[in-house]
Amino acid sequence: MGKVNEDLVKERAKCTFNVEELTYFLDGGKDKTLERKERERVILTKREELFGGVPDEYLSHKEKYENSMRKAVTLFGLLRKHQQDNNTDLTNYRNLLSGVLGASISQDGSPFGLHYIMFMPVFMSQADEKQQEKWLHRALNCSIIGSYAQTELGHGTFIRGLETTATYDPSTQEFVLHSPTLTSYKWWPGGLGNTANYCIVIAQLYSKGECHGIHSFIVQVRDEDTHMPLPGIKVGEIGVKMGLNSVNNGFLGFENVRIPRTNMLMKHAKVLEDGTYVKSKNNKLIYGAMVFVRVVIVFDSVNYLAKAITVGARYSAVRRQSQLKEGEPERQILDYVTQQDKILSAIAACYAMKMNARRLWDTFNIINDQLHQGNMERLGELHALACCLKAISTTDSSMFTTLCRLACGGHGYMTSSNLPPTYALTTASCTYEGDNTVLLLQTARFLLKTWRQIDSVPLTPTVAYLKTVSAPGHSDKWESSVEGIIRGFQIVSMRKISSCLDSMTNKVMSGMSQEDAWNTTSIQLVSAAESHSRMIVISTFYEDMSKAMKTMSAPLAAVMNQLIELYAVYWTLERLGDLLQYTSISNADVIHLRSWYEELLRKIRPNTIGLVDAFDIIDELLQSTLGASDGRVYERLMEEALKSPLNAEPVNQSFHKYLKPFMQGKL
Amino acid sequence: MAEHKVCEDLVKERKQCTFDVQELINLIDGGAQATQERKDVENMVLSTPGLSSKNDVPEEYLSHKERYENAIRKACILSECVKQYAERHNTMDAFRPTNKYRVMLGVVKDVSPFMLHMGMFVPTILSQSDPDQLAEWLPKAMSMQILGTYAQTELGHGTFLRGLETTATYDPSTEEFIIHSPSLTSYKWWPGGLAHTANHCIVVAQLYTKGQCYGVHPFFVQIRDTETHMPLPGIKVGEIGPKMGFQTANNGFLGFDHFRIPRRSMLMKNAQVLKDGTYVKAKNEKATYGTMVFVRVLILTDVSYELSRAATIAVRYSAVRHQSQPKPGEPEPQILDYVTQQHKLFIGVATSHIFRVTGHWLWDAYSQTLKDVGKGNMDQLPELHALACCLKAVCSRDATARIEEFRLSCGGHGYMASSNLPIINGIVSATITYEGEYTVLMLQTARFLVKAWKQATQGNTMTPTVSYLVQFFNNDRVLWENTPSGIISGFKAIAAGKTKAAYDSLHNYEKTGLDYEDAWNSASVQLVNASEAHCRAILCEVSWKEMVRYATNASPNLGKVLLQLAELYLVYWALEKRGDLLMYSTITRDDIARLQARYEELLALIRPNAVGIVDAFDVRDEILNSTLGAYDGRVYERLMEEALKSPLNAEPVNQSFHKYLKPMMMKAKL
Repeated sequence: MGKVNEDLVKERAKCTFNVEELTYFLDGGKDKTLERKERERVILTKREELFGGVPDEYLSHKEKYENSMRKAVTLFGLLRKHQQDNNTDLTNYRNLLSGVLGASISQDGSPFGLHYIMFMPVFMSQADEKQQEKWLHRALNCSIIGSYAQTELGHGTFIRGLETTATYDPSTQEFVLHSPTLTSYKWWPGGLGNTANYCIVIAQLYSKGECHGIHSFIVQVRDEDTHMPLPGIKVGEIGVKMGLNSVNNGFLGFENVRIPRTNMLMKHAKVLEDGTYVKSKNNKLIYGAMVFVRVVIVFDSVNYLAKAITVGARYSAVRRQSQLKEGEPERQILDYVTQQDKILSAIAACYAMKMNARRLWDTFNIINDQLHQGNMERLGELHALACCLKAISTTDSSMFTTLCRLACGGHGYMTSSNLPPTYALTTASCTYEGDNTVLLLQTARFLLKTWRQIDSVPLTPTVAYLKTVSAPGHSDKWESSVEGIIRGFQIVSMRKISSCLDSMTNKVMSGMSQEDAWNTTSIQLVSAAESHSRMIVISTFYEDMSKAMKTMSAPLAAVMNQLIELYAVYWTLERLGDLLQYTSISNADVIHLRSWYEELLRKIRPNTIGLVDAFDIIDELLQSTLGASDGRVYERLMEEALKSPLNAEPVNQSFHKYLKPFMQGKL
Repeated sequence: MAEHKVCEDLVKERKQCTFDVQELINLIDGGAQATQERKDVENMVLSTPGLSSKNDVPEEYLSHKERYENAIRKACILSECVKQYAERHNTMDAFRPTNKYRVMLGVVKDVSPFMLHMGMFVPTILSQSDPDQLAEWLPKAMSMQILGTYAQTELGHGTFLRGLETTATYDPSTEEFIIHSPSLTSYKWWPGGLAHTANHCIVVAQLYTKGQCYGVHPFFVQIRDTETHMPLPGIKVGEIGPKMGFQTANNGFLGFDHFRIPRRSMLMKNAQVLKDGTYVKAKNEKATYGTMVFVRVLILTDVSYELSRAATIAVRYSAVRHQSQPKPGEPEPQILDYVTQQHKLFIGVATSHIFRVTGHWLWDAYSQTLKDVGKGNMDQLPELHALACCLKAVCSRDATARIEEFRLSCGGHGYMASSNLPIINGIVSATITYEGEYTVLMLQTARFLVKAWKQATQGNTMTPTVSYLVQFFNNDRVLWENTPSGIISGFKAIAAGKTKAAYDSLHNYEKTGLDYEDAWNSASVQLVNASEAHCRAILCEVSWKEMVRYATNASPNLGKVLLQLAELYLVYWALEKRGDLLMYSTITRDDIARLQARYEELLALIRPNAVGIVDAFDVRDEILNSTLGAYDGRVYERLMEEALKSPLNAEPVNQSFHKYLKPMMMKAKL
């Protein structure tokens, strides 16, 4: 291995805090760091099998799939052994197959991903005891591989619009699954194309001639021995995508496929032998799994962005460009303030979102426990919170990943930088598991409802501010501090909600239907939900990080405080329009904020590399020519290029076949 | 076209269109005759055997190598076809902004490995060779007996031209230059077609003669044998690997090991090296600006065209796709009826028009400036340069953002390669960093603005595009008016205000003891902001003027639509930049509420014509290459048809089941 780039050595030497301390904090404690390192060690025992060979991006689509199957099985073998050796539990698998690790083994996702992220969690939360006994250990052992099929070719967001039917036939005690149209074909489920042999299918349940809405069924789609699709099942893959090309997303159609009655997941609702439908006692429990997935997505967004900032920051320290002054050597591009603006704002965003992901996880666990005890009070709040944090974290992560890519100039456009694939992964999450616009409108609905009842119902914690800042006598004097900024965003959010309600009320009074009033106000509703979410993100970052800072060493705490300030000031300057419109901020305040921002960039600059090193993403998982910890950027770019099969021969066959005849005018 | 029925929703949309689509088609092409010529080229190309890809396995399923080979095959057939057409029509259209040859995009799907031949190699020969060189090289290049590219950027050096490391050292004893790559970072890196396609190359290198360095100069270098295509001795050439897009552009690297070329290989229109090694300076160094500005001007119309492709896909899909049930019992509405969807789509549609008309305006300014330069008048060059810098930067970034918005507006299906939106995104987002990186270009314009501002404060006369600064020099806040011209004034006030703020900040940093360069760096975020505001003011003013002109000459119904699009652009950006307007104009909260209401009104006005407007981009299905955007709207059928072309779907069980999956599952059973 080569020497570490000198600029990086210097950067690391001047870091003012202990990077390991920050790593422990980011992992959630020293023990967690050690656990992670142990997992990484296990994986690296098969370095060549998992990371060697011609890079995936040179392969054909089919070869890529076959390669990802090989890797997924190798990885699973390692984990199974690791689990047997250490007797660890399921969470270990989940850590491995989703998140940084899983997504990195194959740069483009894994065909087993959905087995862990959807198939098993849904099965565990919706199958009754008997069903769990029958299937669960098989799923855990991977003696069956499952997927989760909900979305259809013509139907996504609007679940009630799904067309697949499951009609109960009491004479044989079976359900008949059927896809009545092309648009009813299941479309998108990961692993469904050529990998899974089982699948949870969401379908409209019909019994005794009546439709009872959508329910879940476990369905075998391929023969366990031959892997051939079972009779009546049409299954295949949906084709190449912008990213996630190793995930093997599939389509699935049914032609009157019969499954036993007991394959309906019956923990909640049931169909009895005679076809009687028994309603679920608590149909809101199903929300749990949906919210859980969105929480996972927020964590994923942090992980993707952590990769992007690691690449962007390290490359910016190694790359030199232009002489600021005649006769001087070319500068590290990280010394340019326009570059700091891009890289440091992205770093601050990553830390902010990390703290928010943690808080959301805690909130989820508290409310989920309450839920299982029958307390539904905060379900609406949790739903609204998960919706808007999923939307804002995926949007931010995509935006800042792009910013980091552009900050690397042309080289950021190379696949080997890993920035384009990382963007493709993170942008996918803007539309899956709830399109971001739809989710923000759901949060807006909750905010409007809260605003309507503000004087009659006690407010839940995330919206309590609406009352505070709208109380008579509340001072709206602008103050240029983090707390002042948070208050400013609270006022903006409250005013926007209030103005949406006024606008809708006027429209309804002038004869418009409630639904049309909603639709015509929806641009502003989305904007209100965004302001609310930004306020949540800033204040959570501020509150939770400030708390954590109390137990940190002084040098580290000082840097964390700078990140909080940078994040708050960055978004203030981004949202000046809102603040100038709804608060008393003045032109002079704006000028002051700009110089505050520039001052923070200067202060944080020396710690840039320390702040990304602390995420401790090992090179094998970062998979970036530009971002490796040794900074051998140009050597790695060339080494990767030389792996191209096109470079294996000096003249490609197409020269003789086409190019030469063409140039000689003989084509 | 109509082998199948057109989707009913699209039939209805087309019926309700209020203007003559053909009239708008002609307007976009630049006249009925231009439309006809474009269609002729399209018909000719698409009926050429070997270029239709209807039943092939789509590109994206192939390996990287197969894709290249396929692209070479198509590029050869295509170029032969276009060459013959050009010979018949004696045309140099390839150098003017025109839609005539866009059909190539549809055929190659990604970027052609020949792109830089006509895009950079030929224009550089044209603008920098002396008459003898021109006579020798141009005919071969034009007839493509030789294939060339342009190698400037190096692995370690991009923006900062003076930092290039490749050397060309003159040896008077043999009258040759020795081209050499002294380090890894000096390898040329990026040139399209360089890897395995081109046999010639313009190489930009540091010229040394008589022991002295004279800075970077272009050289005409043969890199591969014309018979065997083998790299010549002393040449290391290969490809740089997969990228976010441009997969078939065959971008390459190139290194020289003391490679000798004749003295006359240096392009000598401007500077020269005599036989004895004497260096003769160019009479006018600014004259070399030409090609650079030329490429940036074309980028405007290119991204405008790509925007129109993406718009066509997203708007048609939004008319076909139905979702949710806002009113119980009613059918699911077209997603095009959701105002949030219109908000995502219509600004992108308008932007395509705005960039096109601004691009044509800039082309005219460029042509005029070139004429003046020909007469020895260089006065307009710095202004044109500053203009082209910021317009290229802002338009490439805006276009990328709009295309991503289009893609996201198609939900998950927009993520499918078969929608073609990911590929369009790959092509367009590259423009942000190539041919001048965004931030660097913005700072070049800022330098011009700061200079202009200084002149304004000294009461000097200003060149046309910045003369407005004077108007706002002593004006703290411009009087707001809720009209298009009021919005344009507002944007000028913002630009002036931000230029002033950046200028002041620059000088405040200087006062703290920083020298000018460090102060410049410290104020650079604000300088970029000023540049962007200036560019936005230009875009608003120019496009409004141009669109009004087009509207006046169009039939009334079309005129109305053009004005709606132009106004939408203004109002959209006024709302986006309302913070700036609040700072630099007298706009009030009520004004903003009125603007918001007007914006929503415009969306509603445009809605019934949305499909008609994108139909008028007249992008044939074969060029659109999209399952979601085809003219007939058979979205779901096409998605399935394309999926079934996947080689993975050709067999019910993939071999990996027997090799990997089954053993794993069996082991679990034990």
